[in-house]
Amino acid sequence: MTEIGLGHYLTLGAVIFTIGIIGIFLNRKNIIVILMSIELILLAVNINLVSFSIYLGDLSGQVFTLFILTVAAAEAAIGLAIIVVYYRNSGTIRVEEINKLKG
Amino acid sequence: MIAHSIFFYVFSIIAVVSAIMVTVSKNTVHSVFFLILDFISISCLFIMIGAEFLGMIMLIVYVGAVAVLFLFVVMMLNVAQQKNQWFVSATSSEHIPVGLIISTLIFFELIIVIGGWKYKSDLFNSNNLNIISEVSNTHSLGQVLYTDYIHVFQISGMILLIAMIGAIVLTFRQREGVKKQSYIKQISRERSEGVEVLEVPFNQGVNIDD
Repeated sequence: MTEIGLGHYLTLGAVIFTIGIIGIFLNRKNIIVILMSIELILLAVNINLVSFSIYLGDLSGQVFTLFILTVAAAEAAIGLAIIVVYYRNSGTIRVEEINKLKG
Repeated sequence: MIAHSIFFYVFSIIAVVSAIMVTVSKNTVHSVFFLILDFISISCLFIMIGAEFLGMIMLIVYVGAVAVLFLFVVMMLNVAQQKNQWFVSATSSEHIPVGLIISTLIFFELIIVIGGWKYKSDLFNSNNLNIISEVSNTHSLGQVLYTDYIHVFQISGMILLIAMIGAIVLTFRQREGVKKQSYIKQISRERSEGVEVLEVPFNQGVNIDD
């Protein structure tokens, strides 16, 4: 148990991924927390890529982690801009009150 | 080796607990703070495992840019005062058991994949991008990033540019009643509409009470 291997890091990634999905489902608050849960999911993916890259001795995992980081930053910026515009138009960002599309 | 495992457990327990606190804390500002704590502990794990460039970039990009952006938006949108009641609203609580079932299923699937991964017959041995131990991590990443992955790198730069333009276009609005300088009007004035020569009658005084 004292030897930290690849499985420990992958388990940590799985736990954080699951917490992110639970955060999306259970969220009854504002929609910003849903964006934060998406960031947690991307973080779990990054943990998986980096640990595979280290334990397999291949550098491409870290390169792809860089690109995932870029996409995550762009996604956070666009998502927050959409949230700001929505709040300006409708005055609320609570999840259960966003039902314009009747979905 | 024992220090490595102790540090791993410390950082990962902090990361998992703060990830739980992101989803369950009632105040959104507290959620952002726990998100920052999560990013910091994961980047400590990255530095510890040997990917120090990615750890530092995670600190800069996530903590320095993304989390502060979240904090700005949370404080700008005035959502911290909204009372967040948990499991109270009757219309929404029907999603909760389905969500719990699906997320536990996903978790067990991931655990099964991790456990059964070692029974694969042979590791796919990629010998094109091996990590060389005498070159530092940043050096080797830079050598790969600007040669083999140059097109993907430029495409990611384009993605950032488009994200910036999109955010500006989305949040830009024209306000009413704001006086602005109009350069075209200024430089297209002519003498005929600006200056007028009047014929003033003299020796008659000025008629004030009119």
